[in-house]
Amino acid sequence: MNGIYKLIQEWSILERALAFVLIAPLAGGMLAGIDRKVTARLQGRYGPPVLQPFFDVLKLLRKERIIVNKFQDFPIVLFLFFTIFSGALFFAGADLLLTIFSLALAGTFFILGGFCVSSPYSHLGAERELIQTVAYEPMIILTAVGMYQVTGSFKVADIAQYHGPLVLSLPGVFAGFLYILTIKFRKSPFDLSMSHHAHQEIVRGITTEFSGPTLALIEITHWYETVLLLGIVYLFFAFNLWLAIGMVTAVFLFEIFIDMNFARFKWQLTFLSTWLFTAVAGASNIILLSLMRR
Amino acid sequence: MNALIFLIVFPLVISLLARVVPHGLVIKNIIGVCANIALCIVPIYLLVTYLNRGPAYFNLESKALDIGMFLVELFVAFYIVYVSVRSKRYLPIFLAAAQLLVMVTLEFNSHGMHVEHSLFVDKFSIIMALIVGIIGSAICLYVIGYIPEYYAHHKKLQDRRNYFSFLMYLFLSAMFGIIFSNNLKWLYFFWELTTVCSFLLIGFKDDKASQESAFRALNMNLVGGVVFATGLVCLYSSSGVMELDKLLRLDKGVVLLPAVCLAFAGMVKSAQFPFCSWLTGAMVAPTPVSALLHSSTMVKAGVYLILRVAPVMENTLAAKMLILIGGVSFLITALIAISQSNAKKVLAYSTISNLGLIVACAGLNTDAAVWSALLLIIFHAVAKSLLFLCVGVIENKLGSRDIEDMDYLIMRLPRLTAIMMTGMAGMFLAPFGMIISKFITLKAFIESNPVMAIILAYGSAATMFFWTKWMGKIMSIKHGVTEVIEHKVSRWEWVPLCILAVTTVLVCLAFPFISFRVIDPYLLEVFGKTPVVDTFNILIVLIIMLGMLIILPLGLLYYAFVNKNYKRVGTYLGGGNIDNITFEGAFASTQKIEMKNYYLEKYFGEERLFNVGVFVSLTLTFVMFGAAVI
Repeated sequence: MNGIYKLIQEWSILERALAFVLIAPLAGGMLAGIDRKVTARLQGRYGPPVLQPFFDVLKLLRKERIIVNKFQDFPIVLFLFFTIFSGALFFAGADLLLTIFSLALAGTFFILGGFCVSSPYSHLGAERELIQTVAYEPMIILTAVGMYQVTGSFKVADIAQYHGPLVLSLPGVFAGFLYILTIKFRKSPFDLSMSHHAHQEIVRGITTEFSGPTLALIEITHWYETVLLLGIVYLFFAFNLWLAIGMVTAVFLFEIFIDMNFARFKWQLTFLSTWLFTAVAGASNIILLSLMRR
Repeated sequence: MNALIFLIVFPLVISLLARVVPHGLVIKNIIGVCANIALCIVPIYLLVTYLNRGPAYFNLESKALDIGMFLVELFVAFYIVYVSVRSKRYLPIFLAAAQLLVMVTLEFNSHGMHVEHSLFVDKFSIIMALIVGIIGSAICLYVIGYIPEYYAHHKKLQDRRNYFSFLMYLFLSAMFGIIFSNNLKWLYFFWELTTVCSFLLIGFKDDKASQESAFRALNMNLVGGVVFATGLVCLYSSSGVMELDKLLRLDKGVVLLPAVCLAFAGMVKSAQFPFCSWLTGAMVAPTPVSALLHSSTMVKAGVYLILRVAPVMENTLAAKMLILIGGVSFLITALIAISQSNAKKVLAYSTISNLGLIVACAGLNTDAAVWSALLLIIFHAVAKSLLFLCVGVIENKLGSRDIEDMDYLIMRLPRLTAIMMTGMAGMFLAPFGMIISKFITLKAFIESNPVMAIILAYGSAATMFFWTKWMGKIMSIKHGVTEVIEHKVSRWEWVPLCILAVTTVLVCLAFPFISFRVIDPYLLEVFGKTPVVDTFNILIVLIIMLGMLIILPLGLLYYAFVNKNYKRVGTYLGGGNIDNITFEGAFASTQKIEMKNYYLEKYFGEERLFNVGVFVSLTLTFVMFGAAVI
């Protein structure tokens, strides 16, 4: 493992970015499979095979392209493209803020896709997705701010190389990030815009009018995003490789556990609680940190 | 120097011509077009001439000119008294009198005052001149197409279109005066001129609502003017200086109070809390007025002055208060904008929000902060004027400026919507325009002021909210035929819209050039250093931008014409579709669907947040003055 780590560090920026583009969907798909398996076991079911997400996507890709307007697939393609781009930036070690803004751009395209089909269900989903985005965005920016305060750099490469345990300086920021990670992973209680749990969904939220190959793209984008977000979790523990991998796994399982135990919140509660938690945990952490550094 | 005088005097001449030459003549349009071209070219000429040169100061002293300006000031004061008496409002009379009193005191105390350099030009002035010249003249061009339609919609109004053009060009002249004046008395003179012009333009429609808004704007700006004049008296009595460049070289302890007074006047003009209600009220005026006030004149004059005097306040408590006032304005107006469905009001709040960010940067006054402030000024001016002009067209075509009425706009006015989306992308989408500046602003604030970083994080999210839902609204597409009403848009409106749309894109692409060749030299003059911007980041940003510029049109063409491999169905409505917006529901009932956006009135309602902003910022303002006095 350490050997692999060394090897990765010797790679150039482009090589690392390329590695993300190729490996992330495989890893993300596997994670999605594990997610489903664990969820099923927790519910006392047997669950699908771990590779099931790949079969699903392959099947979706072969389906007929059914649309309601000619341009609806374009925002989704851009959504995928910019998510890959932000992930590549992140794993290449570039600027964390740039990654975040690029990811926000990707998310905006997804929302616009939901709006442009002008179906009432998808409109509602897009509106909710927007509220979710607004809810989590401050915390994501504050995560980058906090990391900068500790390490003195926005570069992912520098943050990853930082010698001290980031999480000990940023416990509040880490807690806040965990909170919004539930939104980003589209897990209950924050899966307002589209849910994997059919029993709490009005039709299919923002993806109502997306089917076949386009739905496959949305799924793949989610895989990429999962890997990118777990990468940010990794940064909090980057001082020790094994601990970091352990914590990333723990966080992933924790999100599944949260998903199991909550029913969907109303959007009001989601929005307010997220902003409140961001202020209480994230913002206070950042202010304290800057006071301590004076 | 001739170019500077030309830029101040030429619009004045044109404004008089516009007043005299009767409308409807072809010659008038020709004069207008030629004048606008000249107003675009001269600032570019200035840029080229001074690209490799430092600031230049010019001596221009004339007793006659001073007396002339004083007479105009007198006339303006009496005019304000006259209109106020006529409409039975007494606050402006009091303020105008106070202002006049202060100015007369200054005039009598300053016998033998020697002003060495009355005019000056540096990179910052040139940036402003380009904004005023290019955007201002694009708006004036738009007026030619807009005004006839405006009168067609408001048949009862008395036709005063000559008067309208007169005021627009006068405004531009005053703006050029502000940005080139080194003599503070001149600066004050032009400052007051913009106040009066904005008052007359906002009240142009001459009904009850616009009178109300016009007087509100007048009152607030007169308060700013009184404080400005008081600042000048303080400055002159304590140091005997009446020039901007000398003011900056004086001992900071001595000139802090005058600087704070000037910054306060700037705050009023740039509509920061607690004075932001005049700008939101100003939307009753015809759209070109809003475009002019919001983008290239008035509010930009405010931040211009604040940025100019900011070095005096650096690292003082007053500056910290200024940062917070900017921050509060930025955050609260961004939140209020979420709750607004009136397109012009959304634009107005977004303007205040962006200006708040600029004011906060000015308060911080480090090289990086000023760098992003200047970029914000540029990007905001271009994109915001474009958006206002688009809303003006939409209002005339749809008969409404409510965002909720803009469903399927992309089908009804396709090209206009495309232009509008360019402007919106410039306002909030990474990596275009504003977001680059926000990025640097965030970096500038983290070190010194983490509270601002937090405000920025929340404010950015709010900004994204109201832009995205608006953008989603106008780009929704339905099945079936919709009447295209675009051919009714006049050529006089298309040309400025296209100019501004192209400018928006060009400014984004040229941002490395603007940064390295124009802003960095300016910062070098002021701070002796320039912010270190990561070239790799700039490269990435440019790659994304270029990528978007290539991918977006190609992608749209591909999906429009090439990709034929699809089966098209109606949207899912939860019943049997009758057409795209009606379906057959239970018991064979016909149901109609309607889609509305979320406005979250309960959380971000105007009344609620507005008062919070006023309370907080009023307190901060008093602390700012207190800090300057002690």
